[in-house]
Amino acid sequence: MLEIKGLTAKIDDKEILRGIDLTVPDGEVHAIMGPNGAGKSTLSYVLSGREGYEVTGGSVLFNGRDLLAIEPEERAAAGVFLAFQYPVELPGVGNANFIRTALNAVRRARGEPELDAVAFLKEARSAIKALKMPDDMLKRNVNVGFSGGEKKRNEILQMALLKPALALLDETDSGLDIDALKIVADGVNALRGPRFSALVITHYQRLLDHIVPDRVHVLASGRIVRSGGPELALELEANGYAGLEAA
Amino acid sequence: MPAVTETIETIDRLTDGGYKYGFETNIEMEFAPKGLSEDIVRLISAKKDEPEWLLEWRLKSYRAWLTMQEPNWARVRHPRIDYQDLYYYAAPKREAPKSLADVDPELISMYDKLGIPLNERAALAGVAVDAVFDSVSVATTFRESLAKVGVIFGSISEAVREHPELVRKYLGSVVSPGDNYFSALNSAVFSDGSFVYIPRGVRCPMELSTYFRINARNTGQFERTLIIAEEGASVSYLEGCTAPMRDENQLHAAVVELVALDEASIKYSTVQNWYPGDAQGRGGIYNFVTKRGACRGRKSKISWTQVETGSAITWKYPSCILQGEGSSGEFYSVALTNNYQQADTGTKMIHLAPNTTSTIISKGISAGHSNNTYRGLVRIMPKAHGARNFTQCDSLLIGDQCGAHTVPYIESRNQSAKVEHEATTSKIADDQLFYCRSRGLSEEDAVGLLVNGFCRDVLKELPMEFAVEAQKLLAVSLEGSVG
Repeated sequence: MLEIKGLTAKIDDKEILRGIDLTVPDGEVHAIMGPNGAGKSTLSYVLSGREGYEVTGGSVLFNGRDLLAIEPEERAAAGVFLAFQYPVELPGVGNANFIRTALNAVRRARGEPELDAVAFLKEARSAIKALKMPDDMLKRNVNVGFSGGEKKRNEILQMALLKPALALLDETDSGLDIDALKIVADGVNALRGPRFSALVITHYQRLLDHIVPDRVHVLASGRIVRSGGPELALELEANGYAGLEAA
Repeated sequence: MPAVTETIETIDRLTDGGYKYGFETNIEMEFAPKGLSEDIVRLISAKKDEPEWLLEWRLKSYRAWLTMQEPNWARVRHPRIDYQDLYYYAAPKREAPKSLADVDPELISMYDKLGIPLNERAALAGVAVDAVFDSVSVATTFRESLAKVGVIFGSISEAVREHPELVRKYLGSVVSPGDNYFSALNSAVFSDGSFVYIPRGVRCPMELSTYFRINARNTGQFERTLIIAEEGASVSYLEGCTAPMRDENQLHAAVVELVALDEASIKYSTVQNWYPGDAQGRGGIYNFVTKRGACRGRKSKISWTQVETGSAITWKYPSCILQGEGSSGEFYSVALTNNYQQADTGTKMIHLAPNTTSTIISKGISAGHSNNTYRGLVRIMPKAHGARNFTQCDSLLIGDQCGAHTVPYIESRNQSAKVEHEATTSKIADDQLFYCRSRGLSEEDAVGLLVNGFCRDVLKELPMEFAVEAQKLLAVSLEGSVG
């Protein structure tokens, strides 16, 4: 369970998060929607431990563990996964090698045995098949020369293999055509279960047609200003965010 | 036999109890005195029972050296070296550790990280080899299978005794004693090194490595290597080792000469991990090395691959002289500097004949307070019609206290030649590090992965098992460079 209480954070002395209260129980997928500049991406970076964001107050517990006190890699080992809005290129680093290194780092941290290359490839190939991705995805360098859609799908491939307990999807739908959107959604839905939860950050309702959330929250000016069921997303789609910030 | 005892005995024998060489040999003195003189050169030659011509060659080199100046054009700084304050013969070794338990724990922890097998660790750490494993049987099996195809692989001292005609013909023919200050010094006082001869048409059946040549250990600071590939012959030679070598010599001035005849090919791979000094820049090896290959024959090929992570100062430019028509030279290099290390390294490709080609891929990585310079010369001579060169120099900076410098020299005297040069400088970006860490990699593992990615074009040129070790070595050498 993810429990965020009174979380405030700033970047370069500018307050972005102004007291976030949010609880995501195990097994649930919550959507975070909101206008540009509301703090959606900041929230995902603060949760995953990116440098440059200063947490000024509040707490974040994941399964009882204080996430804010540990390094990004320890958060990954604790089961947190961030699907990046802008996945980063790693020249010269093979995708298979990268994912296996990450997977084994996480497994080591969890006290699980490492996967050898053969066992890993087997898993990776079946994940690729399930996500309807091209086989050469593994051979290429991480995100180098990938199209926008390929980069997003590569995030989902990593997520499928790392099997996080908490996935943070930061506008994973942006720039995707409808086919790619479905693949991404399938990837998330495949992980759904009692030990998986997710925060799906998005501008648009359309992703939520495919990943049906248990709850929808509206983030505006650094606070959750409204929460509701999946129907809230439809209402926002119809009426926009106008007037929400005053709420 | 410990070097010290050997020295005393040798000196006793040579001096016949007298003072012929002008220094005392009383029993408290455990080694030949410091400093360089004609007497010392004669002593070295006599100790090795060398023929007269070689002694003369050494003396000529010594006299040439006396007239020369230490080069000062490289981007390296160090206190003046007092050449009269060095040992040139049987330098004193601290007593060899008797077992791994006596070895510096820091060295052991490095071996752990590199995954070096136990018996190998002991050898590297300088534990007496006989106590480690049955070196004789390894060396013997190895030699027998080489002898079957006529390959000669041994120390250069042996070669002087057993194949003097070959040594005399080729020694100094690629790097002449007067070539530069350090080659003159080496030619005067070289201690030992490897000799390889591949007969006509023979593909050497295995990778030749100094690792197998147990007697190559402790060849000291003035190593001399000579490799000859006859027509149609080919050989891959591995030098060095990925684990840090225990070594107390401050100055290394080696010379390596390669000769490739018609359609012969020589691949020479180096992993250099000498002691780089401590995090404050104290100590460390000065590695001033002259390596050069002559592609004498038509369509011959020489390829240098180096991974340089050690030494306080590296001054090294493995080069190719492309004399044979259609011959080709390659230089693949990774030079990594951390803390206060300095590297000034690169290559020279001298195109003399038509249709010669050369490829230079250089990857420099600077971290800490280090300075890393690529210095390369591509020279196209008038007769080199249709010569081609491609050069790519990439620099990677880690942190904001280090320096990367690229100094290419391109001289073309033939209109039909084509010379390309590409250079980039980049930093490991914060978002790359964060991306890796968000996936569970530690910061150091992330840097290791990114650096290995940066070096991939070079690492893939290394023989397989070397490449794996080199990857680990790069990561280990960067420890402490981030955060």
